[in-house]
This record gives sequence, C-alpha cells and structure tokens, in this order.
Amino acid sequence: MLSFIMRRLLIAIPTIFLISIFVFALQKLLPGDPVLAMAGEERDPEVLEYLREKYRLNDPIPVQYFTWVGNALRGDLGISLRTNQPVLELIGQKLPVTIQLATMAMIFALVIGIPAGILSAVKKGSVTDYVANVVALSGLSIPNFWLGIMLILLVSVKWQLLPASGYVPLSEDPIRSITVMLMPAFVLGTALAATLMRHTRSAMLGVLSSDYVRTARAKGLVERRVILKHAFRNALAPIVTLTALLFGELIAGAVLTEQIFTIPGFGKLVVDAVFNRDYAVVQGIVLVTAVGFIVMNLLADVAYVLLNPRLRKQ
Amino acid sequence: MSFNKLTLAAVLMGATAMGAQAADLRIALQSDADVLDPDQSRTFVGRIVYTSMCDKLVDITPDLEFTPQLATEWTFSEDGKQLTLKLREDVVFHDGTPFDAEAVAANIDRSQNMEASRRKSELSSIVGTEVLGSHEIRFDLASADATLLAQLADRAGMMVSPTAAAEAGADFGLNPVCSGPYKFKERVAQDRIVLEKFADYYNADEFNFDTVTYLPIPDTTVRLANLQSGDIDLIERLAATDLEQAESDAGIQVESAVSLGYQGITFNVNNGEKGDNPWGNDKRLRQAFSYALDRAAINQVVFNGAFAEGNQSFPPNSPWYSTDFPVPARDIEKAKALLAEAGYPDGIDLEVQVPNTTVPLQLMQVVQSMVSEAGIRVSLTSKEFATLLADQSAGDYTASQIGWSGRVDPDGNIHQFMTTDGGINDSKFSNAEVDTLLDRARTSNDQAVRKESYNAARAILNDEQPIVYVYHQTWIWALDDAIKGFTPYPDGMIRLAGVTKDEG
Repeated sequence: MLSFIMRRLLIAIPTIFLISIFVFALQKLLPGDPVLAMAGEERDPEVLEYLREKYRLNDPIPVQYFTWVGNALRGDLGISLRTNQPVLELIGQKLPVTIQLATMAMIFALVIGIPAGILSAVKKGSVTDYVANVVALSGLSIPNFWLGIMLILLVSVKWQLLPASGYVPLSEDPIRSITVMLMPAFVLGTALAATLMRHTRSAMLGVLSSDYVRTARAKGLVERRVILKHAFRNALAPIVTLTALLFGELIAGAVLTEQIFTIPGFGKLVVDAVFNRDYAVVQGIVLVTAVGFIVMNLLADVAYVLLNPRLRKQ
Repeated sequence: MSFNKLTLAAVLMGATAMGAQAADLRIALQSDADVLDPDQSRTFVGRIVYTSMCDKLVDITPDLEFTPQLATEWTFSEDGKQLTLKLREDVVFHDGTPFDAEAVAANIDRSQNMEASRRKSELSSIVGTEVLGSHEIRFDLASADATLLAQLADRAGMMVSPTAAAEAGADFGLNPVCSGPYKFKERVAQDRIVLEKFADYYNADEFNFDTVTYLPIPDTTVRLANLQSGDIDLIERLAATDLEQAESDAGIQVESAVSLGYQGITFNVNNGEKGDNPWGNDKRLRQAFSYALDRAAINQVVFNGAFAEGNQSFPPNSPWYSTDFPVPARDIEKAKALLAEAGYPDGIDLEVQVPNTTVPLQLMQVVQSMVSEAGIRVSLTSKEFATLLADQSAGDYTASQIGWSGRVDPDGNIHQFMTTDGGINDSKFSNAEVDTLLDRARTSNDQAVRKESYNAARAILNDEQPIVYVYHQTWIWALDDAIKGFTPYPDGMIRLAGVTKDEG
C-alpha cells in the first residue's frame, strides 16, 4: 500500500511541473499588459516602467518562469500585483472558504444523489424512476447562475429567509457561516447530485442483475439488506472514483457560484486575477489546485483499494 | 427533545434574522479596492474607502467649491507661484502622531519621491515646501497651477502618518494609518474592508457608526438584492435599469448626482499606422458620426433616461460646459451630406472596439443601428477590458468606446487627452492652438481666463471631434430607508458626516 502511494506521488511531480509551464505559457499568450491593466486611468510612463522592473516583467519569459519556480520551491509564491498581499496569504485566506463551499455542496450532492439513484434503480421503470430521472436531467440542464439569481430573488428578497450573499468565517460564527452558505452550496450541489444520481442508478442496475444478488434473495434475505449491504457496497467503487473526480468539477463550478453569491473564495480570486493579469496569483492558485486535484485522486484510489479487497493483493 | 429542537430553531432564526448590528454601517461597492495606500492606489472604490479613513488638505462641496478639511485656509501669491496653507491644530493621526506642517511636508515628499507613488504627476508643479510655523506651510510652484487645489482635494492631498509611513515603506497599504474619522481595522481581500471609529477625531460627534464595512459585490442585481433583503445599508452604482425596481420598493430610497466623467467614442486620429485611415484623416466623417446619434434616445433606451446626454468633456450642468455648443439634435440628412462630401456617398465601414461588458455592448448596439441609417456600417469588436486598453494605448484600433471617471478640476477631463504630449492622448490628436489654450487654462488662477480658454478650445475640438462624447453617467445610490442624512456628491464619494441610521 505504501509503495503504491509513493509511486503515485512520484508521478505527480512531473505532472505538476508540466501544468505550471502550461499555465505560465498560456498567461503570457493573453493579450493585455498587467501593468497597464493595473494602472487603470492613471498611466504615468515612469511609474509603469518602475512596476515592470519591480515585478520583473521585463525579463525574458523563461527567466521569469524559472525565477517563479525557484521562489515557489522555497515556499514563496510572490505577491499580488494588485493588492501587494503575499499570494500564499491570499490562498490561505481563500482556500478554507472554497473547501467549506465544496464540502457543503458535496454533502448536498451525496444526500440527494445517492438515495435517488438507489431508489430509481430499485424501482426501475416506475413513476419514481421517471420522476427522479426528470429531476436529474433538470438539475444537469439548469445553469448555475440562473438558479442562483432565482434563489436569491425568491429566498432572500421575497421571503427574507437567508442572506443574499456574502461570507462569514466558520471560526467567527459557525451557525451563521453555514446559513449564509446554504444557498450557494445547494446551487453548486444540484448539478453534481444529478450526475451522481445517474451513475448510482446505472451502477446499481448492473449489480442488481448479477448472480450473487439473486443468490442473496434466494436465501431469503430481506430486500433492504440485499440492496444496501450486498448490492450497494459493490456499486460503490465507481461512485467513489466519480466523487473524487467531481471535486475538480466542484472547484470549477465554484468559480461561477462564488461570483453570483459574492463569496470571497478561490474561484473569485482566480477570475479577478485573470482579469487583472495578476500573474503571480493565477500561478499560485493553479499550483495549489493541481496539487489538490492529484491528492483527491490519490485518496480515491486508496479508497478504491479499501473497498475492493481483490485489489489489495496486486 | 422537543426543547432541543425549539432551541435549535430559535438559534437558526436568530442567525438568519436580517437587521445588522446597530452600530455597523454596511456599504456594498461595485468592486474590490486595490492597495490601500493613497500614494499608490488607483481605483475609484479605493477613493470611497479613503473618504472615511484619510482626511485631505481640502475637500469639495456638492457644488464643487473647495472647502476646508485639514487646511483651514489657503492663499495663492500674486503670481500664483506660492500657495500658503494654514492647518488645523487639533488633529492627530490614528497612531497618535500629531498632524502638523512637518507632517504635510513629509507627505508631499512621499507622494513625489516614493518609487511606487502614483501621485508624482499630480504634484509635479510643487518644487519645494517651506514649513512656516508648526501649523503653516508654503508650497513653492514651478509655475502657477490652477489644478493644484483639486489635487489636494483628492488622493494627493490625503495625509498619512509620517511615522507609520516611514516604518512600513511601500507596504503601508497593508495597514494604512491616516487621520480621518474612521481608522483601518481589517481587510479580507475580495470580501470586506472594515473601518472602526477613531475616538480622537476632531469632529467625532458628526460620525454615528462604530464601524463601517465595505463589501465588494460586483453584480448589480445581487447588490440590489442584498439591499432589499436588509443585509446591506447602502449600495453605490445602482444600475439605471434597476432604478424602477428600487424606486418601487418602499424600504429603499434612491439618491443621485451627475458624475464628473464622460463616455464616448475615441477615434484614432494619428496613433501609429492605424491612425492613417479615413476616420482618422477626415474630420467630416467624425462629424457625420456625431450627427447620426440621437443622444436622448440612447439615454432612454440604455439608461432609462437616468443619465445625462453630452457632447463635451464636461457635463452640461458643469460651469465649464461651453454653452456655444449645446448637445446637438440628431440630423441624418446632415450626416449623409457630410459623408458624401468626404467622398462616401454610399456609406462607409467603421470598426469600433468595445469592452465586453453589458452596458458598453448595449450602448454600442444602439449606436450601431442609429448610425447605420446614415450609411455608417459599424462592426463591433468586443474585447476584455485589459486587452482593449492595451490595444488603444498601442494605437491598434480605429475607434474605441471608452470613457473617463472625471476629475474635480476641468483640467483633469481634457488636458491629458487633447494636448499633443498628453499622457492619455490615445487618439494622438494634436493641435498647437488647443495645446496653448489648455496650457493657459491650467496655469491661470483667474476663473474668467480659464473659462474663456476652455470655450475657445471647445470650438476647435467640436469641429475636429477626436472624441465623440455621448453621455455622462449619473451616480445612483440606493439606501435603506432607515439611513438619514446622506448627501450625494458629483465625485461619487460617500461622505458619512451626519449620516445616521434609525433603529426600528
């Protein structure tokens, strides 16, 4: 097991390296001058030149890249061109916010998606199945931003039940923190719930028609036990992998959700940084996201092995 | 069990109940401020935060007259080359450092000489400072500078604690120390900036909130929704299209003021290779473009009639507006005649670059259909703003939809755009007479001379039309009904003196 994890970690290193080169190159391809974007209305050539020097934007691009890598290896991700705050500090501020959002969204997705998937597989062809499918399809088709705005107008403005947007740190006021995040987490979670539901359904259908399930039924087990203990446990492996992959989708979805609900998270940070050509911030975020994604996948593989004893021997 | 459930319900309801704490004023801004150092910052929203945190040497009234703030009085010498200021004696910075003439001298030095300073050009006329007494200082100027007071009424005139500035250097913005009614408490990027009341402020009684929280909420719909749900007390830049909705809400009041800025279409007259095109070479085409516009209709269609139509660098309600050239009515025949005269009786193509955001795109689509009736076939190239700006600056455009946020002194709206060496003259328009007139307006302290110079320059610019002005934005604030005493200012700033909130 340990050597398996080590091997996976070693493979991650060149992956992260390639991603960082790719992102760096992409950013340099973007039209627009970061210093000019920063200057806005005030374009004193002398100051612009000073800033280009200060942020080493006049260096050849490979030199800029290796300077960045060198600093990053020493734990210095540079400072934001826009606010002068260290990138690491910015990420430290934003990451918990998005993790909270993603976790809550994932809870919504799991709580809605998996039971709905099991139910519609067990009652295949029934009204329940059709309703669940229609709801899932709607969940997939309704755009995030539309659902978000509609919920704000209905729940916050009309009924005044939940705050319209914003963020309160968990440490400051846990209850309010969760309340504020309910709507965005729901919006972000619905699309995932739909995906999860569809996959749970097909995995369950596959398992339910297998011989051992028939055997389990034949020996007189209660249906509930057959479904949850025998069938679901075996259907779970692909769902776990999917859940881990969906975390990547969550981060991407968070970009939009955070914009709508004005949540100061990772997604908002990266969007603003791209528009402001705040290179150091974009690079830092991509690095952290890539590492996060690789770790999630690693965890999924480990869980996979734990769930499927046959894989442990290999 | 049921008791537990009840408590939980009560807690949840308490947590979601809307009314914010009595002592906190929550203001939603359209975007997040940049670095919080008056000498380094560039954003409009940053200035809104400074208005409550960093006092300036002078301030303005809603009618754009200068009024004392940290300086109690000021006088120019006969030749306009010396400005003497007397300072308040009861002011301390947020860190306890006393405010005096030495502090002013240190601030001018910082604005002029700190490497990262953005204020260098604004204070370039000052060649020396002379401390005359503990609270009296003289600025020596290279030449008379009519714009200086306006600069001192903005970021260049904001006084930061010399002690804190010397300690923090260029990192001052992470923990700014000024002398305003509120002091910096904390900032979470893209989330909030919190200021708390400064007890030792000389006029502390006028400020009625313990804390002021600024929250960036970029989406206008969400900004309004937050106000309606009671999470926010005051929002800036309500979209003109949301005006009706806000006005019909009994719990909301709306205030407005015509801004100092403008929006229009800048033509590339002589900026690089692309300046050599029919639109850059023949003023008659640009005149035709202007005649083909129905500015009143644009205002109605795109802005619900809430903005001000315009055809000059200053809005029609400004004292600097030249009444010789009122906003022209639409005249399609004249536009067609001008096109024919210029050699394009069958019409002509024009590519306009436009920021890829809602309002500019709507505006230009309306313009596109209007001018097509005169035979001008506009194609729109929408660009993300940073790209648009870079292309415009490099001369890689024919026409560009862009504007200016506006300055208190008229010079700030015209000199750097229309003089040959102007820093933001992306059109590269050049006219020796305009240069002379605008330089004269800049160096005279005689209002009549200035006004006459601007009028004379307008006569030429109105003929040349390097920028076809279209409208002037109106600042629209929407406030919770409980907020009293808010005064709209044309500079778009939010001044909190005398503002209160009824507890209900």
